[in-house]
Amino acid sequence: MNPLSTQVVNLFAAALLLIAFAMLSQRRIVTLINLFALQGLSLVGSTATVAWATGQHHLYYSAGITLALKVLLLPWILHRLIRRLNVKWDVETLINIPTMMIVGIVLVIFAFNLALPISEFSRSVARGTLGIALACVLMSFLMMITRSKAVPQVIGFLSMENGLFFAATSATYGMPMVVELGIALDVLVGMVILGVFLFQIREQFDSLDIHHLEKLRDD
Amino acid sequence: MNVEGILAQLGALVAALVLAPLLAGWVNMWRAWLQNRTAPPLTQPFRALHKLFWKESVMAHSASPLYRAAPYAVFSCMLLACMIVPTISTNLPLAPAADAIALVGLFALARLFMSLAAMDVGTAFGTLGARREMLVGFLAEPAFLMVVFTASLISSSTSLATIVGSLAHREPTILPSLAFAGVAFTMVSLAENARVPVDNPATHLELTMIHEAMLLEYSGRHLALMEWAAALKLFAYSCAGLALFFPWGIAEANDRVALALALPMLVAKLAAGGVLLAVIETVLAKMRIFRVPEFLATAFLLGVLALLVRILLGA
Repeated sequence: MNPLSTQVVNLFAAALLLIAFAMLSQRRIVTLINLFALQGLSLVGSTATVAWATGQHHLYYSAGITLALKVLLLPWILHRLIRRLNVKWDVETLINIPTMMIVGIVLVIFAFNLALPISEFSRSVARGTLGIALACVLMSFLMMITRSKAVPQVIGFLSMENGLFFAATSATYGMPMVVELGIALDVLVGMVILGVFLFQIREQFDSLDIHHLEKLRDD
Repeated sequence: MNVEGILAQLGALVAALVLAPLLAGWVNMWRAWLQNRTAPPLTQPFRALHKLFWKESVMAHSASPLYRAAPYAVFSCMLLACMIVPTISTNLPLAPAADAIALVGLFALARLFMSLAAMDVGTAFGTLGARREMLVGFLAEPAFLMVVFTASLISSSTSLATIVGSLAHREPTILPSLAFAGVAFTMVSLAENARVPVDNPATHLELTMIHEAMLLEYSGRHLALMEWAAALKLFAYSCAGLALFFPWGIAEANDRVALALALPMLVAKLAAGGVLLAVIETVLAKMRIFRVPEFLATAFLLGVLALLVRILLGA
């Protein structure tokens, strides 16, 4: 295990955390999608670094899948989706950014403390980054809770998967290939279903604001 | 205290006084070039200072002695700040007197004087500018302190000279915490130096101005001192940033060769930083004043993240 690769993984982990915060505080949908692609890219970087440092060849494949799916395909689908839904320049107005950031910092501290005893069992290169992965998952949760439009919620869901994937890579050198392929397929199918779902929501309510879904209707 | 120390201190003083207006002129030149305008010469700030020093200083009838004293107080605060920050040498006799936290305090003192003087005459613009300056200042200060604390954690000292020494000699490791702190510091220094996303230094005609609104009543030598102090503040911030994040090339104790090399090194680093500042100011648009708290909250967040990453990840 050379220290340089640990440092590089730490660097990518820090980038991941930074992007999670940026997504939490981003109002524009287009920028949100670009940030999601960037998050995928840093995930690819960290996975490839772990693969190179440990000689685990299957991690190269999972880095490749991540690159194809989360950096290229999913952002492309999302861009197409928002263009066809005509919400490309939509701005979410109801989020209070400074408060979100403070809640985010609290989540990071919580996640770091939670991950500390777990990561002591791990002997991987990047065990310190488990806390960051957990923090990314929690912040994606927060993003899904606080957003009222449907598309940012979908992006929050996808970025949560990024966090989980990063946790798996950093703590245990990745999941078995079958599981990884399954999850990748799941995310892809989920994305397609959600895409159809978004069109249906808009058809019904003339808006993508999911608060409309909370009301019961008789007809 | 020895001869080298005093020489280095005097050198830092002269370098600050000369380089600060040149840095301002350099940034203005690059801004003009990037915006397809004909650039003013590099020495334009000196010409402006020269012109202002020979002009009569006009005072409002309602001005109090505080108003008269403020330019001198602000100027000396900034000059002292420039002498604490290691620019060409870490062997500064004045450096043990004040650490990085005292540096933040010095900037706060200058801001206090400026705001009081702006409110002193009682014009609407002055009061408006002072209030906005205070808004920016109270949000920028904690973020700046977080950046300083991160660097202090890494080098386990709050003295700027020690920080520079230990950061320059550490093993080549990648520190994400320093990267976060660097971005936070850039945001804070943009806000504190009245640069574009927060304030526009080039205009006197907008209702959105902050720094210029406070100087509106000043004229003659007082205005010259205020302008020079603003240039010194930019210089001090740039040098603090260079000292924290690019500490290579600053001379250590009693090393005359390094001291001779330090000045060209500093000029080169400042030139690169000035170009970067001009690029930032050209590509960004000025934001609404109510977005400024968000901007600075982001800087604070990055500072806290840097601190957390340093403590919990050890990186």
